[in-house]
Amino acid sequence: MKKLKYPIVMSLALAFIFIGCGDQRKSSNGALTSNVADRVYVAPGEHDEYYAFISGGFSGQLSVYGLPSGRLFKVIPVFSQDAEKAWGYNEETKPMLNTSHGFVPWDDSHHPDISQTNGELDGRWVFINGNNTPRIAKIDLSVFETTEIIEIPNSAGNHSSAFVTENTEYVVAGTRFSVPVPQRDMPISEYKGNFKGALTFISVNPEDGGMNIKFQLLMPGFDYDLSHPGRGNSHGWFFFSTYNTEEASTLMEVNASQNDKDFIAAVNWKKIEEYVNNGGGTMMPANYAHNVYDEETHTGTSTMKKEVLVVNPSEVPDAVYLLPTPKSPHGCDVDPTGEYIVGSGKLSADLTVHSFTKMLAAIEGKKYDGDAYGIPILKFEDVLAGTVSQPGLGPLHTEFDGKGNAYTTFFISSEVVKWKLGTWEVVDRQPCFYSVGHLMIPGGNSRKPFGKYVVAMNKITKDRYLPTGPEVTQSAQLYDISGEKMELLLDFPTVGEPHYAAGIAADIVKARSKKIFELKNNHHKYGIQSDADVRVERNGKEVHIYMSMIRSHFNPDNIEGIKVGDKVYFHVTNLEQDYDVPHGVSMIGANTSELLIMPGQTETFVWEPKQPGVWPFYCTDFCSALHQEMQGYVRVSPANSNIDLSWSLGE
Amino acid sequence: MKKSRIIMALAALLPLLLFVFPLWKITLEAPQYPTPLGMYIHINDFSDANPHDIKNINLMNHYVGMKYIPDAIPEFKIFPIGIIITTVIGLIIALKANHKWFLYWFIMMVLVSTAGLIDFYIWEYDYGHDLDPKAIMKFTNPDGSVMGFQPPFFGSKDILNFRAHSYPQLGAYCLALGIALGLISYFMGKKERN
Ligand SMILES: [Cu+2]
Repeated sequence: MKKLKYPIVMSLALAFIFIGCGDQRKSSNGALTSNVADRVYVAPGEHDEYYAFISGGFSGQLSVYGLPSGRLFKVIPVFSQDAEKAWGYNEETKPMLNTSHGFVPWDDSHHPDISQTNGELDGRWVFINGNNTPRIAKIDLSVFETTEIIEIPNSAGNHSSAFVTENTEYVVAGTRFSVPVPQRDMPISEYKGNFKGALTFISVNPEDGGMNIKFQLLMPGFDYDLSHPGRGNSHGWFFFSTYNTEEASTLMEVNASQNDKDFIAAVNWKKIEEYVNNGGGTMMPANYAHNVYDEETHTGTSTMKKEVLVVNPSEVPDAVYLLPTPKSPHGCDVDPTGEYIVGSGKLSADLTVHSFTKMLAAIEGKKYDGDAYGIPILKFEDVLAGTVSQPGLGPLHTEFDGKGNAYTTFFISSEVVKWKLGTWEVVDRQPCFYSVGHLMIPGGNSRKPFGKYVVAMNKITKDRYLPTGPEVTQSAQLYDISGEKMELLLDFPTVGEPHYAAGIAADIVKARSKKIFELKNNHHKYGIQSDADVRVERNGKEVHIYMSMIRSHFNPDNIEGIKVGDKVYFHVTNLEQDYDVPHGVSMIGANTSELLIMPGQTETFVWEPKQPGVWPFYCTDFCSALHQEMQGYVRVSPANSNIDLSWSLGE
Repeated sequence: MKKSRIIMALAALLPLLLFVFPLWKITLEAPQYPTPLGMYIHINDFSDANPHDIKNINLMNHYVGMKYIPDAIPEFKIFPIGIIITTVIGLIIALKANHKWFLYWFIMMVLVSTAGLIDFYIWEYDYGHDLDPKAIMKFTNPDGSVMGFQPPFFGSKDILNFRAHSYPQLGAYCLALGIALGLISYFMGKKERN
């Protein structure tokens, strides 16, 4: 027996060695690296580990992908009309796209950011900016729908947004273009000194996420490019990168690139908040839309607001400082500890990193290098933490893995570069295909990044996919960053321009996800609770149809007594209470779109019949074995006929 | 007090737990229902295993012409009264009567429960066989007869795309334990006298 003991021990030891090797293989980047396809493969029926919210850029929407698979789950309509979900077409969501310029059914959506509690992602809401007609939208992650949009007055090119503070106290909306405030007719050549840049702080109600413009800081007429909140020690501050500190207004590529250093503006928002709470600031006439979608009435309402509180930085001394940063900085990214502020000078050969501690010391010592319109400029050397020397060409955006490393995209040299905070040495670089813009590490804009993957978003793809004519898909690329070296795992095509993204562990969001709308909580003005409420009513030339839908019929399915020239409102309630059983409805000749109605929800569309006849309507979402039979007719008679209104089902 | 009387009293009281715990559960599994549909049968009520399950069972069942599961059935009035009466009788017996009565109570409970189960079976049979002649989908058995959709009385069974399970729940176990204790108290009472 004794003899046998050793071989057992030996084989156990061997087994441990092999197990140990197996584990090592996973995390190393050696020649034995397993097939990358395995590492992005999510088997049928299994879930991705992360959600990625990637903005649609000029599509105006926000798309939802899974990581690591890169599978597209949903395109959430935000600023652009979307026939797929009737967004901006049905009566409930038309108010959501209202602005002071009227109904604006498009925008340029750039920077999503996920709400935080104590500096960590809480998965409640995503905020995103509309650049063109300045707006901020809030998407509720229990339903993945846009539930609020607020327009930003005194602003133009709402670019340095929508980023949230550590407890989602504020979401900011910084203007890219400075403009006359208030807007007025004046010579463009008199830009300098006359135009203003509004940095808007929108407070967020911690209960329901309700947004409200708390104050606008009227800054000098620079271009405000990107922004990031402080966190940890620097919580209470917000940092905005600027370009065109020259205040040029023509041939910007030359005239806005003259100064050797532009600024990162550091704003002590807590100080301004205190000032405002004590009655500071000036109420100024304004005109902007605030659109709110109510989950119980399933209806959006648009309210025009008439004034806004503005603050001139000189009113609050010690609240705003300028940090000189070479050269036309784009990203201004704060590391998870809140100490380092990375300024990516697009035209600079180096990356500039400022120190928050040094900044406070410089402010304390009042060692200023002059001022701009009364705002103190700190000395470059006094606030500099360090420089990443010649890391690449055209730095844009930096994110952090929470392990002391930073990852920066370089547009011109088309790569992601990994470097170390504190030592400023470059550790690794990986090419991007091609012309990478922003990048994203899930939780990157928080105190607790999930440092497993980075997603790079590329502007150009050339040969990466099958050609689709002159317009080729834009793309994202997924890198594994769990090891010392980055590793490219996956290309995946994206919607519109994948401008910027935010990511979060799937479990945080999944737990809050809604399956249906409770029918009994449906308080839609035209909603019904059961088939007993089904009816058709005439009010002059308006006809209101209170219709229900359930597998596999509409009630009523036959309607007569409609006349040419009538304005017919279909108010359709989905009586289902089962997960993932929406129904659709569409009407021939309707000038809007179909409706896609979730269980327990009511939606309305308008149909104005122009010809007599018997016109069918049908369900547009394959809902059951008898989906094809889910249909009905409306009889339309000439305008002068006297056929009574009648409706029926099964007769 | 004699132990047998305490056990008999316990036997009489246990069925009251039917007012707390469900009697039976019917579960329907299908690929498109990762969370199976289910309904509990209580002594005085049907209830959803998950919100809106009964509504969704009705929606599925209407394809083959089955009636909607009613909000209430007459048994919901009769059964609770029956249980209360048998409990009262059991308690009186426990306090006053000869141990032989414990046995009579046991026999009565077996008879009453059997009647209840037969009633449940008849209801199930009717629910699964009395189909709307205008049903959207009609299925026949291999022998040509009209297919019924009766859930299993006890156990598991395939019905078209569903696998149906029908099993007693805690309430039923309490009832069964009560009945069994009735018999045990009879034997204990017998022993105590000897
Ligand atoms: Cu349908």
